[in-house]
Amino acid sequence: MSLDRATVARVADLARIAVPEEQLEPLVAELAKILAWVEQLAEVDTEGVEPLRSVHPIRRALRPDEVADGNCREAILANAPEREDGFFVVPRVVE
Amino acid sequence: MSGLARLGLVEARARLRRREISAVELTRACLEAMERGRHLNAFITETPERALSMAEAADARLARGAGGLLEGLPVAVKDLFCTAGVRTTAGSKILANFVPPYESTVTAKLWAEGAVLLGKTNLDEFAMGSSNTTSAFGPVINPWTPPGREPPLVPGGSSGGSAAAVAGFLCPAATGTDTGGSIRQPASFCGIVGIKPTYGRCSRFGIVAFASSLDQAGAFARSVEDAALLLQAMAGFDPKDGTSADFPVPDWSGGLTGRVKGLRIGIPKEYRLDGMPAEVEALWARGADWLRAQGAELVEVSLPHTRYALPTYYIVAPAEASSNLARYDGMRYGLRVPGRDLVDTYKRTRGAGFGAEVRRRILIGTYVLSAGYYDAYYLKAQKVRRKIVQDFEAAFARCDALLTPTAPSAAFAIGEKSDDPVSMYLNDVFTVTVNLAGLPGISVPAGLSASGLPLGLQVIGRPWDEATILDVARALEVAAAFRALPPGAPEA
Repeated sequence: MSLDRATVARVADLARIAVPEEQLEPLVAELAKILAWVEQLAEVDTEGVEPLRSVHPIRRALRPDEVADGNCREAILANAPEREDGFFVVPRVVE
Repeated sequence: MSGLARLGLVEARARLRRREISAVELTRACLEAMERGRHLNAFITETPERALSMAEAADARLARGAGGLLEGLPVAVKDLFCTAGVRTTAGSKILANFVPPYESTVTAKLWAEGAVLLGKTNLDEFAMGSSNTTSAFGPVINPWTPPGREPPLVPGGSSGGSAAAVAGFLCPAATGTDTGGSIRQPASFCGIVGIKPTYGRCSRFGIVAFASSLDQAGAFARSVEDAALLLQAMAGFDPKDGTSADFPVPDWSGGLTGRVKGLRIGIPKEYRLDGMPAEVEALWARGADWLRAQGAELVEVSLPHTRYALPTYYIVAPAEASSNLARYDGMRYGLRVPGRDLVDTYKRTRGAGFGAEVRRRILIGTYVLSAGYYDAYYLKAQKVRRKIVQDFEAAFARCDALLTPTAPSAAFAIGEKSDDPVSMYLNDVFTVTVNLAGLPGISVPAGLSASGLPLGLQVIGRPWDEATILDVARALEVAAAFRALPPGAPEA
């Protein structure tokens, strides 16, 4: 699997990370090396093996549907980069 | 006062209970040691006022004959645990000014048991690293660095600040987190004890998430007994963490016997790596001899998928990280770098807020989860992960605990290995398997390298059987009689 500049630019776009043009090329090399290294997993015979999603099978009981906390608007907004009238202020989403 | 900085948790606790020392005196001694030790860069945030007021409250409780498990004992907290009203950065620019409005469950338990917060310790950014050099707040210096050596040695990572603070006698104990070795490897590099319990023992609520199926909190201290005591206060069921286990927490510190007679200790043959330094292999053999001499039976076991553990980890962990770190979008908290529109604001914020290693892992994670690659990478890794778990299950049918080296080398210098991510990742070759299988693991200082640096041995246990690895670790501690101190250690 070869990784090219366009793929890395696309992945960075998916991840919503701005990568300066001059850093793309070195990043292609780094990521390609890591991917080549992880690809050795292809050697392992995993025919019929169930993927592991949870390491210990802990069965979780449902909790009662009761309000446990809330009413903490000030705490939620305390770290907002920008706020107004008890709301987060974000860039325009809908034109 | 300097003698106080040498006290461990258990001894300090006894003296506090006997009212020979006060929590305020002990806390002051640590705060002074932290000031003298600032060149180590072990702390991102020091909390002296809070520490002294917590210590005063502890003294008042002790005077009444009351108090919890850790009453009046000062501890440091990795800056990955949210602390209400105290800045929590995760070692990242993106959270540089984040002040959590809530407390992590683990730290809340510590304060409920009377512990005193000294400050928040430095770490690799978002706990991603094995050298504490990816922190946005600068690298941490290993207290074992010989005077004048340039560049200085790393403390290991990601919990490098916690390990350096405990090893450098800035505090008696500290919390850490361990996703692939981030407690055990720095413990080995700094000559102290570090324990990661079974996945699910400590609540992850309020710990900044890296890879949720692997992250687990644990403890650093200068003795096995102290580490057991701190862990005991940290552990326990929490309904706020869906993977927290509803099991009672044993009295690990009180139940510690150090008896290994009749225990079967497995030596995994695949851990004998090509090119492993002879001194690491020799120390491992000595560890086995120490346990045999105390009545344990040594058995060779096989963990055939060991060599696939790191590649598995470097698919699973970045995949989970790319999902977990999606929340840092500059909208509700953390850094915001304004852009042309919403998406441009996201991109600039994340481009400016994340360091190189975090960016690398998010991109790898995004790639392996993206359409067309999911089955080949992520699903494959989850299948290999099951085979790794099955390896351990088969091994534990033949033994009660495993003995391995903790890390393939002693501490290296700042800047070494940083131009090659894969060579840095290899630091975790002996520890990462334990996270993939959700097992408890502990590192104990067991000897010095030829260049006079600490080397640790790791004991791995069955799920929920921290008690056995603590006993084996104690047996190693007694036999190793590791008394070496880093340069500049305070007088006893």
